[in-house]
Amino acid sequence: MENLIWLIPVLPLLGFFVLGLGAKQLPKGVAGMIGCASVLASFVLSLGLMGAVFSNGALEQNLFTWVSSGTWSVDFGFLVDPLSLIMMLVISGVGSLIHIYSTGYMHDDERHNYFFAYLNLFVFFMLILVMSNNYLLLFAGWEGVGLCSYLLIGFWFKVDEYNEAAKKAFVMNRIGDLGFLLGLFLILVNFGTLNYDGVFNAETLSQVPVSTLTTITLLFIVGAAGKSAQIPLYTWLPDAMAGPTPVSALIHAATMVTAGIYLTIRSHVLFDLSPISMQVLTVVGLATSIFAATIGLKQNDIKKVLAYSTVSQLGLMFFALGLGAYVAAFFHLVTHAFFKALLFLGAGSVIHGLGGEQDIRKMGALRKVLPITFIVFLVGTLAIAGIPPFAGFVSKDQILLAAYEKSPLLFAAGVIASLLTVFYMFRMFFLVFFGQSRVEHDTLHHAHESPISMTAPLGVLAVLSVIGGFLNWPALMGGGDWLQHTLAGVLGMEEGHEHHHAISASTEWVLMGIVVALVVAVIALAYSIYVGKNTVPVEDEAEQGFGRVLSHKYFVDELYQALFIKPIQFLSEWFGRVVDPKILDGIINGVGQSITNTGALLKNIQQGAVGLYLFVFALGIILLLALQILF
Amino acid sequence: MLTTLLLFIPILGGFLLTLIPGTNSTRWQALLLSLVAAALSVYMASSFVPTGGVQFEAQSEWLPMLGIGYHVGADGISMVMLLLTNLLSPLIFLSTVKHDIANRGLFYGLMLIMQGAMTGVFVAQDLFLYYIFWELALIPAYFLVLLWGSGQHRKTAMKFFIYTLVGSLLMLVAIIFLSQQWSPASFDISNVYKVSLSPEAETFVLLSFMLAYAIKIPVFPFHTWQPDTYTQAPTAGTMLLSGIMLKMGLYSMIRWVLPVAPNALQEHGPWMIWLMVIGIAYASVIAIQQKDLKRLFAYSSIAHVGLIAAGILTASTEGLTGSMLQMFAHGVNAIGLFYICAILMERTQTNEIAQLGGIRNIAPWFATTYFVVLLGSVALPLTNGFPGEFMLLSSLFKQNWVWSLVAGSGVILGAVYMFKSYQGVMLGETKVSAFPDLDIWDKAVLVPIVIAIVLMGLFPDLITRIAQPSIEQLLQSL
Amino acid sequence: MEKSIFDTVPLEQFIILSLILFCIGMVGVLRRRNMIVVFMSIELMLNAVNLLAVAFSAHRGDPSGQVFVFFVMVVAAAEVALGLAILMMIYRNVKSVDINALKQLKW
Repeated sequence: MENLIWLIPVLPLLGFFVLGLGAKQLPKGVAGMIGCASVLASFVLSLGLMGAVFSNGALEQNLFTWVSSGTWSVDFGFLVDPLSLIMMLVISGVGSLIHIYSTGYMHDDERHNYFFAYLNLFVFFMLILVMSNNYLLLFAGWEGVGLCSYLLIGFWFKVDEYNEAAKKAFVMNRIGDLGFLLGLFLILVNFGTLNYDGVFNAETLSQVPVSTLTTITLLFIVGAAGKSAQIPLYTWLPDAMAGPTPVSALIHAATMVTAGIYLTIRSHVLFDLSPISMQVLTVVGLATSIFAATIGLKQNDIKKVLAYSTVSQLGLMFFALGLGAYVAAFFHLVTHAFFKALLFLGAGSVIHGLGGEQDIRKMGALRKVLPITFIVFLVGTLAIAGIPPFAGFVSKDQILLAAYEKSPLLFAAGVIASLLTVFYMFRMFFLVFFGQSRVEHDTLHHAHESPISMTAPLGVLAVLSVIGGFLNWPALMGGGDWLQHTLAGVLGMEEGHEHHHAISASTEWVLMGIVVALVVAVIALAYSIYVGKNTVPVEDEAEQGFGRVLSHKYFVDELYQALFIKPIQFLSEWFGRVVDPKILDGIINGVGQSITNTGALLKNIQQGAVGLYLFVFALGIILLLALQILF
Repeated sequence: MLTTLLLFIPILGGFLLTLIPGTNSTRWQALLLSLVAAALSVYMASSFVPTGGVQFEAQSEWLPMLGIGYHVGADGISMVMLLLTNLLSPLIFLSTVKHDIANRGLFYGLMLIMQGAMTGVFVAQDLFLYYIFWELALIPAYFLVLLWGSGQHRKTAMKFFIYTLVGSLLMLVAIIFLSQQWSPASFDISNVYKVSLSPEAETFVLLSFMLAYAIKIPVFPFHTWQPDTYTQAPTAGTMLLSGIMLKMGLYSMIRWVLPVAPNALQEHGPWMIWLMVIGIAYASVIAIQQKDLKRLFAYSSIAHVGLIAAGILTASTEGLTGSMLQMFAHGVNAIGLFYICAILMERTQTNEIAQLGGIRNIAPWFATTYFVVLLGSVALPLTNGFPGEFMLLSSLFKQNWVWSLVAGSGVILGAVYMFKSYQGVMLGETKVSAFPDLDIWDKAVLVPIVIAIVLMGLFPDLITRIAQPSIEQLLQSL
Repeated sequence: MEKSIFDTVPLEQFIILSLILFCIGMVGVLRRRNMIVVFMSIELMLNAVNLLAVAFSAHRGDPSGQVFVFFVMVVAAAEVALGLAILMMIYRNVKSVDINALKQLKW
């Protein structure tokens, strides 16, 4: 079993090749089967590793030497420890569900088979990312998922707007990647290796100055900000919603965007030693969380709302990482994968049912039309809102507790972010499923509940969103802190140090109570506005004041356009039209031209005037003779 | 002996082909000759023992009174270049077979001579012999652009020829200067390496060699001949120029500049690297707004080779290993990219990005191969562009992190212009009326390239293993 | 032995004579525009030099000077033949023997 680790990523890759090469020949059903089966097989294999990994700690397998530069060398090697195994389970598990869902969702698409090929490729890269035993291979997965993200965002490539979004995602990721790369170089300089065991080695670590570690981790944060859509590199994620909805669920909610969190946890040894980086993480995470949540308040595209919610939730995870609450962050990553995938797939079901409609102002009262979707969406919304005992409650609560330990102020900020989330999520929920129907008549006529291939994964995810919290159910409430124990080895925490909270149980209960009460109040508020008063959001153009700023996403895109894109385009034009041909080439041509010109000047005395030649000739002789006589 | 064979099969074959008038079978004869050379180089590589030393050596007297000898051989570094030259050449020949080319005998003859001359540059162990091959490679290139080019190719060919020739002349002076350090004069590599020069003399040698190479590669700001030449040369010529010929300059930096002028390089290296990394950012920025696809690829090539050159100048194991990998990768990718231009030109009569669009719909094979080549070119991990680029950037980082940052901006901008052009050409609504997908000949060129891109991304070690000992040895002798 | 002219006429007079001849030739070359005349003037200059060479040779009793004069005469004859042929060609092409007729030596 342990020797088959390599099969886990390779199976989806195989699926990719089969589907990609046979896209024309394979019937849709078979292609869907291959796509689902390859990922499901990876999931089963990962399950099979559970016993060995959770009891023994970690498995390692090196396949072959991948890159060697002479001074360092990196293997194509895998490391499966509890951290990566849980990631693998989430990726292949949620991945399988989304694959199954896609067989229904993408059924009518003419490029159905390519879709599965790309999804499989994505799963391959994502698995490589979490399974690698060195930073370089992680980076390979890191860029690879970016590539698949590009391919899938721009899946409907006839629409140029989608292509733009895809390109934007890739480029913004690349900006982060450059930071990550520089971080890797700095690691190479200081550690001489990119293998985890070489870097996380206490002996070597002690010799590296803190300032260097801080720089490394700050550069990692840049990379993570790109991939996990944090300020200032978050703007690609909302645009990425151009892709098919299963893609948004798998890549832009459940797995890829959490790579930054995985990276941070994986490198926690470095982060632990650099308090500045931790503070940066906290600030960036919190800022992103609140910032994105406020934008979410005014979005009217069902997927955009979810996108900003994802950005906001990722911010929350970074916030937790910054506080040193790695387990809480990771826990939230897992539960978020469940309920956000559920919400996205639910939204996909709504969109599918309404024949492509995404504007929540044109929905309403859909609970009767789409009953199953309604229920699972409710579960997802409750989970993200943090109503006990749903998964989101437990994980978010642990983050907020960690914040309270640091400072009540941070706690308050975290609560604000999550309350904003609650508000816009329920705003969307009520606008979609309650109130009066604003669906266009034709659409409503064709509206239908999704097929079983779509609702079944929704059901599974809904169950996971309910029980996911038990993964790390706190001891306080009679749970076992399972995740905490499991990850203790990876995170280097002492076993048996059960309750490391500095706050008493009673405080914890009180805080929990406050949060839940506030959440319920906010839900009530949203209900009164959107169901009670039947408020419908106005057109974007009609927005006034701050609402206008929010609906335009703080004009960040416009700002980047003016600050970076325009100047670079201008420079490009200027270089291309003036500097290169006129100045640089001008100098070269000028040299040539001046030689030609001199020639043109001199040729005048060489045009065959024999009389002149002879005259000069005679004169020359006379001159020479005269010189000789004189001197 | 093998080296000599490898050298003269294409050169003599090429001369023969130029002499006899071309027929329909000329292309196959040329292809066969290049395949023989390819097979020979593969055989050599497989029997190559990766130690630092020179193997397959052949030596005989030539002009003893001038200290000039015929001395060829291949160490690991040369071996990689031999593989590059001789494996890519058949692909380049293959790319031409479906076209009727005017004056075939001359065309294929010149290409073969060029292949042989480039091989000669890579195996020469005598400085004078090296110079002869260096210039010999230029002559066919000139005629290829002049006789089969398009647009303002006459002017361009002239500029290309004179510009590169002028650069090499100063190198000739330096070469003669080096040989005169011995009495009697000697051009042999072992003696050239042992020369000890005064600081001023070393600086002179460094600058005159580097000028020749900077023009040939080309490195900012000596690159202005390149976009025009690449755009107007016939496709096969562009492939030869970008895929192989420019590596002559890069290879020569490793072979001659590093060992001969290490101290001067210490002093002058930094500002040269500055120029190169600025060139990377500069060329990348220009590429963004290029309207013509071939021109865009030409600028991207400037950016890529600038990085390789900068990495070589760091004179570090990492930089050199990376440069070997990246030279190979760039060769493969450049041929792929320019062949893609040729396909577009053949089917739509234009390379204007604005007039193309939506081809992915109707030509899936083309779309896929184009995309893979593009990925290699933007150095996505697990494609051939990545390991080399990583090492090169890392080697720059170790000496000055700002270099790495500036050069790294090429990574971002590379993604911008490559994806932008792909979007313009392949995505969106279909603008071209008809676009037949790849035929068997196109696949014969592009599929090996795609396979090479992935294979080299997974197993870059195949190449590094050959070159590594020689690199170590070279650096130790500095 | 019979007295030759070189014994009776002093060397200076030969020198002056050849100088005069040479100058006449040179003026002819420089002033005249007819190519044939120029040609003749050149011959004149050449012969002035020949005369001088013979004179010196006799004066010093060294025959090698006179041998060279023969060479010069032979070469000059060949040159005349060639030169006149070229002249003929020029005349046929431009219908002129003016020395400035071929000023188009430019691009």
